[in-house]
Amino acid sequence: MDVVLANFPAYIDAFLTTLRLLVVAGLAAFIIGTVVAAMRVSPVAALRAVSATYTELIRNTPLTLVLFFCAAVVPNLFGTFGMSLNPYYLAAATVALAIYTSPFVAEALRSGINGVPVGQAEAARSVGLGFGQTLTTVVLPQAFRMVVPPLINVVIALTKNTSVAAGFGVGELFLLGRRLANANGNAVIPILLGVVTFYLIITIPLGLIANRIEKKVAVLR
Amino acid sequence: MTSVLYDAPGPKARRLSRIISVLTALVVIAALAGLIWTLAAPRTTVSGAELPGYFDATRWNIFDREAVWIAIGRGVWGTLSAAGVAAVLALAFGVVLSLLRASELPAVRIPTTIVLEFIRGVPVLLMMLFILLVAGSGAYWAVVGALALYNGAIIGEALRAGIRSLPRGQREAGLSLGLSGLRTRFLIEFPQAFRQMLPIIIAQLVVLLKDTSLGYVVAYPEILFIVGGNMPDSYGSRYQFTFFVVTIAIYLAINLAVSALARFMSRRRIPLG
Repeated sequence: MDVVLANFPAYIDAFLTTLRLLVVAGLAAFIIGTVVAAMRVSPVAALRAVSATYTELIRNTPLTLVLFFCAAVVPNLFGTFGMSLNPYYLAAATVALAIYTSPFVAEALRSGINGVPVGQAEAARSVGLGFGQTLTTVVLPQAFRMVVPPLINVVIALTKNTSVAAGFGVGELFLLGRRLANANGNAVIPILLGVVTFYLIITIPLGLIANRIEKKVAVLR
Repeated sequence: MTSVLYDAPGPKARRLSRIISVLTALVVIAALAGLIWTLAAPRTTVSGAELPGYFDATRWNIFDREAVWIAIGRGVWGTLSAAGVAAVLALAFGVVLSLLRASELPAVRIPTTIVLEFIRGVPVLLMMLFILLVAGSGAYWAVVGALALYNGAIIGEALRAGIRSLPRGQREAGLSLGLSGLRTRFLIEFPQAFRQMLPIIIAQLVVLLKDTSLGYVVAYPEILFIVGGNMPDSYGSRYQFTFFVVTIAIYLAINLAVSALARFMSRRRIPLG
């Protein structure tokens, strides 16, 4: 317990790094995922094919491999874009997390789009809206609301996935836990429980919110 | 394909759609060509030595060595054996959890819920490290244990949702026949819930398979650790990209096969009873 208290500022620091990874990668994944989902339901066959290929490829690749690609293979091919190594690894981890998470966002949104009652899209078309207008003004706003619980589950998974960034030395919670545990072999359990607590601070409230919204939506329909 | 989202395309819409299709194809082809060109270009290392491009034979000539294939085989075996055992344990754990979680006794249900929330909120990586350091079980059981716990929790939740989605009459019919509560669960509700949730369960097994690659944290020798990490170290970094391509190809082959199985299972409605 003393080790945890003595390293409390380090915990907060690592927690903030985890949060930063989570927020930036989450927002990027949300944007990419929305575009991919829109392409997946679009009238243009080529866009559908590109989006389906992207989803299948990324979903069947382990996150560790995506991260390895961004952090080790890309610098080998293109250089580190003028960044020194540590900031580059942070950026690479963020990009890898965003790419890895985006197909899950896209699939959640697509199931939401399919879940919007058919009459909504028909009504929009019958008042003369095109595909883009139907999607952005009628279908997506309802789909977003319906997929909030599954999207929150994606965010929870992302929170836990940020720990993989430790593999390239990004100083987030898991790396801190491993370092402290290696340095203090006699206090492994409190150190790791401390790390777990910080993850639970993010994941448990999110889970509770998802449950509550799920119940509300279930009553509405 | 027709969709409720757009009208059946007329001549103008079809032309627009064709133009966008051609543009997309051009962009994709340009991106691929750019990638191939980048790969083929010779590059200089930090030390100033000139290396040939990635399509040069000297980048790929290690695959005539038997030792390389044996190492790759060991990596695949490491991944599959951990994933296989973890999958069986996860299924068993999931069944137990779903039974406890659906129990009518609050004294059983509430602790189970708390344990479940705890397991679901903790990164698998952290669980592996915890098992390795605290239980001192060795890398294999750290990987298998963490994967079984985490995926078991997810599968348990899926099964519980399956049980809840059954019509209430199923349980009532079982009870009114004089079966005990537990036997009703096992004989009546469970087989139906399991069939209904099979696609979700198989999808979770793909996740489990992918997550074996997290074993690098406890130095468990699976595909990524051996082919992506160890081999470039021992054969030289000039083969790093080669080994990366091989690793990704192996993962995609295995996972796409399992995903195809999941799709097949969800299309094929198994008759009940």
